[in-house]
Amino acid sequence: MGVRRALRSDHAVGWALAFPAVFLITVFGLVPIVWSFVLSFQKTNLIAPNPPFVGLANYRALAKDPVFRLSVVHSLIYTALFVPLSVGGALALAMALNRKIHGIRLYRTAVFVPVVASTIATAIMFLVLFDKNFGLANWALEKVGLGPFGFFESVDGALYSIVAMTVWGWLGFDVIIYLAALQGVPQELIEAAAIDGAGRWSLFRNVTLPLLGPATLFLVVWSTINALQLFDEVYFLTRGGPLRATYVVVYYLFDLAFQRGIAGYAAAIAYVLFLAILALTIVQLWVGKKVVYYSS
Amino acid sequence: MSEGTIVEQARPLELQAAPGRRGRRLPFSPWHLVLFPTMLIMLVPLLWMLVTSVQTLNETRHFPPVFVPSRVHLENYTQVLRMAPFSRWFLNTLIVTTASVAGNLLFCSLAGYAFARIKFFGREVVFLLVLATLMIPFQVVMIPTFLIVKRLGMIDTLGALIVPNLAGAFGVFLLRQFFRTLPIELEEAARIDGASRIGILFKIVLPLSAPALATLAVVTFMWTWNDFLWPLITIYNEHNMTLQLGLTTFQGAHQTNTNLLMAANVMSMLPVLLLFFAAQRYFIRGIATSGLKG
Repeated sequence: MGVRRALRSDHAVGWALAFPAVFLITVFGLVPIVWSFVLSFQKTNLIAPNPPFVGLANYRALAKDPVFRLSVVHSLIYTALFVPLSVGGALALAMALNRKIHGIRLYRTAVFVPVVASTIATAIMFLVLFDKNFGLANWALEKVGLGPFGFFESVDGALYSIVAMTVWGWLGFDVIIYLAALQGVPQELIEAAAIDGAGRWSLFRNVTLPLLGPATLFLVVWSTINALQLFDEVYFLTRGGPLRATYVVVYYLFDLAFQRGIAGYAAAIAYVLFLAILALTIVQLWVGKKVVYYSS
Repeated sequence: MSEGTIVEQARPLELQAAPGRRGRRLPFSPWHLVLFPTMLIMLVPLLWMLVTSVQTLNETRHFPPVFVPSRVHLENYTQVLRMAPFSRWFLNTLIVTTASVAGNLLFCSLAGYAFARIKFFGREVVFLLVLATLMIPFQVVMIPTFLIVKRLGMIDTLGALIVPNLAGAFGVFLLRQFFRTLPIELEEAARIDGASRIGILFKIVLPLSAPALATLAVVTFMWTWNDFLWPLITIYNEHNMTLQLGLTTFQGAHQTNTNLLMAANVMSMLPVLLLFFAAQRYFIRGIATSGLKG
């Protein structure tokens, strides 16, 4: 009797229901977080068993590695361009799309569709679009007296070409978030301000924009995290080239761990990346707390 | 949770344009002048993919570009199917995606319900730990995850792609939040009638949770279908590849065959595109409520 009651208790049933998911998340989510930390103090090639501990050697090497420094600089340049362009562009686009006019659903769908294209599918499309010799982009640029550009093949332009491509891919995502937030803007506020004689710009600047603060903060944090993780497009289009012009942190990390078998060192890079993301997120949230207005 | 009405209901933010500028009014809203070109720019990459996918090789290698192909060369599509194990990649992707969606729906429902409604020992701590994994970027933990999957003997099998993705913190969190918004009275009444927790979950809670389940299914589908980095690390044999990885292999082998590459790309995107048009509101809700693309 006691056993049956114990099995029917909330503790047993709760654990039984939660167990499969919690187990999977522990094995493939929590354990790797700890293991990653341990690995960063080891010298391992992912194959040999029982890798030796090397103390802080990986982190010390990191500080003196010019390739690491280069990849950090590229990641930061990419992030500094991608975040304002995608979030700012999405804000403008969402304001334009937030109205009832004919064909608005069509416009919105066109903006949303790229969201479902995978990073690889997007890279394939832009590989052809940005082709040095036959690409549509160079044809259009020629019409206005520019180019031709090498895009992904040019040392000066490759990183910026990736910025342009990824902004296209992520714009719809940000617009969806902004449109959802715009629905929460109380119409009475806008009307009241308009009656008080506020102009369009003033309405946007003083009423709408502050109310979009939480959405903007979320998008800035989210886009920054994503930008620092840039990999797929770089792997597919440039393999970090030409002349390491698109060498970014995660590409370096992948290259070290899975192509050159220097996994302990790569794990140290992964941990530094994690700390950098964490620090940037905290700073952004801290700044956001001072700037962003929460209505509730 | 706000219901997915972003597309359906728009509230124009500004009031009607001030009077006094009559006479110069366009027969349509001036916003079309902004929105129409924007739409074109957003669609150009996709439309150009469709156009090049039915061109001949010579037409793709022509400057200025050929906008209207001499003929719609649908044989590009069949040629792709002959040249690469494309149908195999398609099947693999379908298996992995279906398994991930099914696993997430089942395991996240069970766990989400436990976290939402059952008070069990350690619930708060465990839930916090689950949430913590949401904050960790995959790239940070991919090396040890690879080692774990390797130890389980799943490297270069579809299992490597399926098992780690059978449940995720995102699904647990999403469903827990949704379950908590349901009226608890129904469940309490059923419990008084002697129904078990499992019975309540499957007969009462889940039927009421179709929108949340659809959102989770759609987001998981897109994420799994489009995933690239994890298959790149764990799959080596061409026959075990998914579409994203296969496309990369295909591009490496047939670099100059732009038309075939584009045909392959169209085919790989088609299922996600169809799902997007069929379930747009769930896509949008999935993004609006969580912010997860992949």
